[in-house]
Amino acid sequence: MSQLTATLPQGMAAEAAVPLKTQLRRAERMKKLKYGALIAPLVVFLLFTFVWPITALLKRSVDNPEIVAAFPATSGLLRAWDGRSLPSDAVFASFADEMGKTRGTPVFASAAKRLNMELPGFRTLMMKTARAMPPADGQTAREAFVAADERWGDIATWQYLGRNASPTTARYLLASVDRKYDDFGKVVRADDDEAIYVDVLKRTFGMSAVVTIFCLLLGFPLAYLMATQPARIANVLMIFVLLPFWTSILVRVAAWLVLLQSEGLVNQALRAVGLIEKPLQLVFNSTGVYIAMVHILLPFMILPMYSVMKGISPAYVRAAVSLGCPPFQSFWKVYFPQALPGVGAGGLLVFILCMGYYITPALLGSPKEQMASYFVAFYTNQTINWGMAAALSAILFAATLVLYMVYSRLVGRQELAAKAR
Amino acid sequence: MSHTLSKARPIAAALAAMSLLAGTASADVTVISFGGTNQKAQAKAFYEPYAKAAGSKVVPGEYNGEQAKIKAMVEAKNVSWDVVEVESPELARGCEEGLYEKLDYSKIGPKADFVPAAVTECGIGIFVWSTILAYNSDTLKTAPTSWADFWDLKKFPGKRGMRKGAKFTLEFALVADGVKPEEVYKTLGTKAGVERAFKKLDQIKSSIQWWEAGAQPPQLLAAGDVVMTTAYNGRIATAQKEGKTNLKIVWTNNIYDFDLWGIPVGTPKKDEAYKFIAFASKPENQAVFAGEIPYGPTNLKGTALVDKKIVPELPTAPQNMKGAFASNTQFWVEHGEDLEQRFNAWAAK
Amino acid sequence: MIAAYASPLERVWYYAFRIFCGLVLVFLMLPILVIAPLSFNADSFLLYPMSGFSLQWYEEFFTSPAWRQAFMNSCIVSPFATLLAMALGTPAAVGLTRIDFPGKALLTSILISPMVVPVVIVGVATYLVFAPVGLSGSYVGLILVHAALGVPFVVTTVSATLQGFDFNLVRAAASLGANPLTAFFKVTLPLVAPGVISGGLFAFGTSFDEVVVTLFLAGPEQSTLPRQMFAGIRENISPTIAAVATILTVLSTLMLITLEWLRRRGERMRGAGR
Repeated sequence: MSQLTATLPQGMAAEAAVPLKTQLRRAERMKKLKYGALIAPLVVFLLFTFVWPITALLKRSVDNPEIVAAFPATSGLLRAWDGRSLPSDAVFASFADEMGKTRGTPVFASAAKRLNMELPGFRTLMMKTARAMPPADGQTAREAFVAADERWGDIATWQYLGRNASPTTARYLLASVDRKYDDFGKVVRADDDEAIYVDVLKRTFGMSAVVTIFCLLLGFPLAYLMATQPARIANVLMIFVLLPFWTSILVRVAAWLVLLQSEGLVNQALRAVGLIEKPLQLVFNSTGVYIAMVHILLPFMILPMYSVMKGISPAYVRAAVSLGCPPFQSFWKVYFPQALPGVGAGGLLVFILCMGYYITPALLGSPKEQMASYFVAFYTNQTINWGMAAALSAILFAATLVLYMVYSRLVGRQELAAKAR
Repeated sequence: MSHTLSKARPIAAALAAMSLLAGTASADVTVISFGGTNQKAQAKAFYEPYAKAAGSKVVPGEYNGEQAKIKAMVEAKNVSWDVVEVESPELARGCEEGLYEKLDYSKIGPKADFVPAAVTECGIGIFVWSTILAYNSDTLKTAPTSWADFWDLKKFPGKRGMRKGAKFTLEFALVADGVKPEEVYKTLGTKAGVERAFKKLDQIKSSIQWWEAGAQPPQLLAAGDVVMTTAYNGRIATAQKEGKTNLKIVWTNNIYDFDLWGIPVGTPKKDEAYKFIAFASKPENQAVFAGEIPYGPTNLKGTALVDKKIVPELPTAPQNMKGAFASNTQFWVEHGEDLEQRFNAWAAK
Repeated sequence: MIAAYASPLERVWYYAFRIFCGLVLVFLMLPILVIAPLSFNADSFLLYPMSGFSLQWYEEFFTSPAWRQAFMNSCIVSPFATLLAMALGTPAAVGLTRIDFPGKALLTSILISPMVVPVVIVGVATYLVFAPVGLSGSYVGLILVHAALGVPFVVTTVSATLQGFDFNLVRAAASLGANPLTAFFKVTLPLVAPGVISGGLFAFGTSFDEVVVTLFLAGPEQSTLPRQMFAGIRENISPTIAAVATILTVLSTLMLITLEWLRRRGERMRGAGR
């Protein structure tokens, strides 16, 4: 800017022919380019390290490459098949051929594994059938299949295969909202022993809400105290808030484990006082997870509230009181509405961060406290079902995104308001 | 997307080149195992002597048996794990899927030197381990003797620890429900059998404290978080050695299995990997390992070298083998993913 | 200060309120205070009461190859990630405060989003994409993602500092004959530096405490301190953890003090500028 202001007069003199408006617009464009160039490296960097991976992950939630990769020709034929009666001999022949060719290779194993995922037993069926391929002399492919296993004479087997013969599928996304395809390709509710993800999502929201409320209840008074104390005391209090904030999450998790275990300090203290006889179960259940999560997220609540509260002049409340309003009411009617943006920002931030938590519940909770993140990790690491991991990620991501948009609008508006002031 | 891709590729290539430059070109071999005392014992029995003998280091790493990383590395043709300790079903499945090298036994040792079951296409057994019932004799005055006792909340009130996963958990549930050990896998192969196992687990679900890493059970017992737990025999034994003599093992109907060495396909250090495996499979080294943590050697000559005092603690000791049954690898290859997912859904409810 | 004329109810309220806040502070500090003594425990189990005094766990930390390597790795990854985040984030923040363009709000949201997108998603996503290009199991991959996670802190803190920054000062410098470069180094930078450095500290803290992405992306050679702690807490929770925790707490205290000092310095400078 400084440069522009400094050079503008000479420029004007030299190019008097160019209208001022054009010149100004050009200068504005130059400025945009200049500052845009400052932003560009970060944008490129984040595209590579962040946007690209996440987009690729989300795409995986509909990818279905295994069967098409192992049996391309058969998949093509099955996609064209009407599915009403057993497939034609051409399909049998092509499948026999491709099974014989890929048998014993990793591609075949992945296809078998993929098919086994929805229909346990399909891996053995595939292995067994592949061993019988190619068909013996004088035997048609159809006969060879049925001889290997009679399930190949059942249309349902082929329908199942046909449903998985296209390179994309909605099954992972459906499964992550407890839905599945039935034998006829219709979307129905998943079996009870599989239908857990709606509950998991509800749990993710529920736990985040509880943690947020506790953070608010514990954080608000402290933030208020800090905001109303003289700077010297406020700074000391701030250190008490910031020190845990800066302490490694793992340190804090380890500490809570030590404090809360059966023989831990909390139980010992309670026993010494005589409040309990048997140790309470405080860890590896929801209690432990809530305590640690509130502890970890509390500073995220306090800091935004504090920064808003610090800007609230005590004169308003004083004025209300001096006008005869009772202290509590003047607090509630005058002070709290002014603090509300801080409460909203802190609350949303805590809620958003909480939704994505993995480490704390993983180390301090039981399976019943695991949130969406845990299942993403489970499917990624444990069963290598990356489609399912991607689908659950997609849902978690969407939820985060919506809340984050609300948050940035809220914070953005606050910033605007701050500017206007 | 393709736009960003084309932009990202050259950068990625440059970065990849950088990372290659940064990588070591030495003959150090990266060995991944189940952590904790098992890894410590391996360090003593295998890593340290290997370093002395071979003149190159072992870079130890640990995991909990998840195959995802291996799959990703193999598919990316960027394998940085050279030797991995794997449980039998995972190895068999990975072998089928092309994640593990088909072993060349001429580089390891004569097959006849080993317990026959320890010699597989893609993996050579490291040791025999057992999942047993362990309890804390300070918190339980009467000793439990069977899996039925494990399920008996009235006689033995308190929390129980179990490995978070379907494997072994379902088997023990069926045994506790009266299924004979030799019938367990047949029963579990049927839908009704699976239902029966989960129903049995439902009875004690609210009292179960799940664990994931082998080091947790002795911790949980010592801290009084559980009164009894399933555990790997070696972990309890090492805790006893450390002075936690109140931890006891019940061998009734334990399940034994092998852990095996596997070589991920595409490791640039295949020769070193073989060299390490051959070294670790030597009888004298296996005996040292068994002395550190009582898991049974797979090398037949190794068994003879094990300290006589330790022999009764091995899963392979005759009195411990009585009523014990082997984990059915083929069953878990076939049903593993399905039952693990079902188990996970059940546990999270 | 409570007023001398306060009613009894007001007095009760006053003290109750302070006691409550005190308890919250105890809750905040308790875990940090409780773990340090255990690091001097002679027993190998993380339990109170302690059985004796010993420095063996510190010795183990400093001599065990795994912990030493983890510490070294953290000392490689975090500084580089921080520098990268600062180098990319600072100019971007300047650009974002100086110009307006359609979609700026959206772009800002995207630039800050690594802060809120669940780390598990970032971990899985980068792991699946970086593996094929050879960036998983490498320092470079880890540094890149850690930098991405730290960037939002740099962008937000520097932007916040720039919000309060009076660009008239630069104009004044120019009118007094300073060339743009001089103006930047003599006027802008000293005023913005605290923001840049505190953003960097936040980025450093983020990286130094990051475990989820590391779990997915790092190989055993890149295992960082938090990753090693995670394994330790889950697998063989030993007082070594407490020793590491104590060391880390001391470290974070130092970072906090630096930050506090910077903040006050910034306030002073701005106060003087006014």
